[in-house]
Amino acid sequence: MAGELEFERPVMELKKKIAELKEFTKTADVDLSSEIEKLEARLEKLEADIYENMKPWDRVQIARHPARPTTLDYISYLFEDFFECHGDRAFGDDEAIVGGIAKFKGIPVTVIGHQRGKDTKENIRRNFGMPHPEGYRKALRLMKQADKFRRPIICFIDTKGAYPGKAAEERGQSEAIAKNLFEMASLRVPVICIVIGEGGSGGALALGVGNHIHMLENSTYSVISPEGAAAILWKDAAQAKKAAESMRITAPDLKELGVVDQIIEEVKGGAHKDVKVQAAEIEEVLTHSLKDLMDLTEDQLIDHRYNKFKSIGEYSFLKEFIGVK
Amino acid sequence: MLKDIFTKTKKKKYATIPSETAKQDVPEGIMTKCPNCKKIMYTKELVKNLKVCFHCHYHHTMNSKERLASFLDANSFEEINANMISENPLNFPDYIEKLEKDREKTKINEAVVTGTGTIGGQKIAVAVMDSTFRMGSMGSVVGEKITRAIEKADELRVPFIIFTASGGARMQEGVLSLMQMAKTSVALKRFSDNGGLIISIMTHPTTGGVSASFASLGDYNLAEPGALIGFAGRRIIEQTIREELPEDFQTAEFLLKCGQLDAVIPRTELKDKISAILSIHQPGGDFQWQEN
Repeated sequence: MAGELEFERPVMELKKKIAELKEFTKTADVDLSSEIEKLEARLEKLEADIYENMKPWDRVQIARHPARPTTLDYISYLFEDFFECHGDRAFGDDEAIVGGIAKFKGIPVTVIGHQRGKDTKENIRRNFGMPHPEGYRKALRLMKQADKFRRPIICFIDTKGAYPGKAAEERGQSEAIAKNLFEMASLRVPVICIVIGEGGSGGALALGVGNHIHMLENSTYSVISPEGAAAILWKDAAQAKKAAESMRITAPDLKELGVVDQIIEEVKGGAHKDVKVQAAEIEEVLTHSLKDLMDLTEDQLIDHRYNKFKSIGEYSFLKEFIGVK
Repeated sequence: MLKDIFTKTKKKKYATIPSETAKQDVPEGIMTKCPNCKKIMYTKELVKNLKVCFHCHYHHTMNSKERLASFLDANSFEEINANMISENPLNFPDYIEKLEKDREKTKINEAVVTGTGTIGGQKIAVAVMDSTFRMGSMGSVVGEKITRAIEKADELRVPFIIFTASGGARMQEGVLSLMQMAKTSVALKRFSDNGGLIISIMTHPTTGGVSASFASLGDYNLAEPGALIGFAGRRIIEQTIREELPEDFQTAEFLLKCGQLDAVIPRTELKDKISAILSIHQPGGDFQWQEN
């Protein structure tokens, strides 16, 4: 099967064997059904073993899978009447971020998300899902519009990070990200963020100041990519696997660290195995989330967001005072 | 011999190397060599000039203590949350040891010092990042202390001034460091919506997550000459776009040209300029015509 990942190879091989046996019994005059049954039982056990004990690096591989569903994939399953809006009204249209208005179960909403491509051609058009400042400014424009018309905002996070380029710096990558964090703080509408793939650093966070943050089971969210961390910590990008483990970047890690509200279960082997089923899982979580938040007043929503981020972090106090004098 | 008198004395073919004892005669720190123009000057005089080189105007690194002394009215600083220290949420090997070592070295507990003080008599809340502590990187404590300083400004209804100096988010605290960008920005927004004045002064270096959060969120975004300011690292950009970048790329002057800063202000003029900005924003801001 195309796109199989290293760690799931034993499952794939066993599946192939079972398929071969089934094919064989059809043509030959022998009964192998008991054999097949045994193998199927083994497959079930093996799948449970592999998919329920995934290492951080396995999850990174799934989060980066070329066939992993993107923002636009989920939009087509989750929303009706999606109307895409383009441009930041100042410089251009960054296709690494898509956004627009739509209905979710009849409720008007604004949807925004990072958008990567699934093949080279689309990836070039989408800049591999790595936005420039105008992408973040487009997102902010749409958020302000949502605020004006009191529409809840749903953000899908899926980027390796903000694009590290010359033009991006010249046009104020830092300022664009900072402004989004700043302005998202005072939105008077529910903001729900869902990490669907890679959540890479500030470029991801710029769509991430939500009342609720949810993560697909096999997505990641981190301050730096495993490769980047390995390059800095051990001067060796090849140690990314080790970095993925020590940096605590998976959904269960983030839940434990108090960043993420809910983990959205994934289809066995990853969202790309069945987009429709995956979208249904997201729909359920989104429905609950939205219901909870729509009960809050505008001020409560802003306070809720303030308190959420205020509570993230770990620190303690020394007993003796050592200060600058 | 007589003819030897008329021959030129041969030049010495060896350089004079001061003996070890002679070297030790000059106590360390008396003289400072400018890393930019390589000229040597008296440390005391350099400090008196706010650590700005007399010859090339290079702005030497200032730690938080020097910065506060240079900027606030004498004896006006009152520190808050001085003894807040970092935990090791990711159980990163050696992290606690590194923190302790830097605490010992710098005599401060984290990469930012916060508190209140006055400048030209006007009260402000202030946060000064210190690049001598873990490169000024932002973890949970830096984020929390800055947030509390902003809340203090809000509570006292005084301006908030921040000096940034940071390599970015602190890796050893992973995603918690990233979230401090959001925490500080959310606090700034509340303060701003309540009418608070925010002045950000970016000093060398202000990069990564710090540049992409509170450093860029001032009502006035200022910078010191020559400061490195940017989101992505130069080397990463060069590797990504596969071309060499101009020499002044990501300097304060470059950012000013790109429209990202209000002004680049030499350190020696900083206090006066900030005082002037503050006086235009006098507390309350209620202007009243004087009765004549």
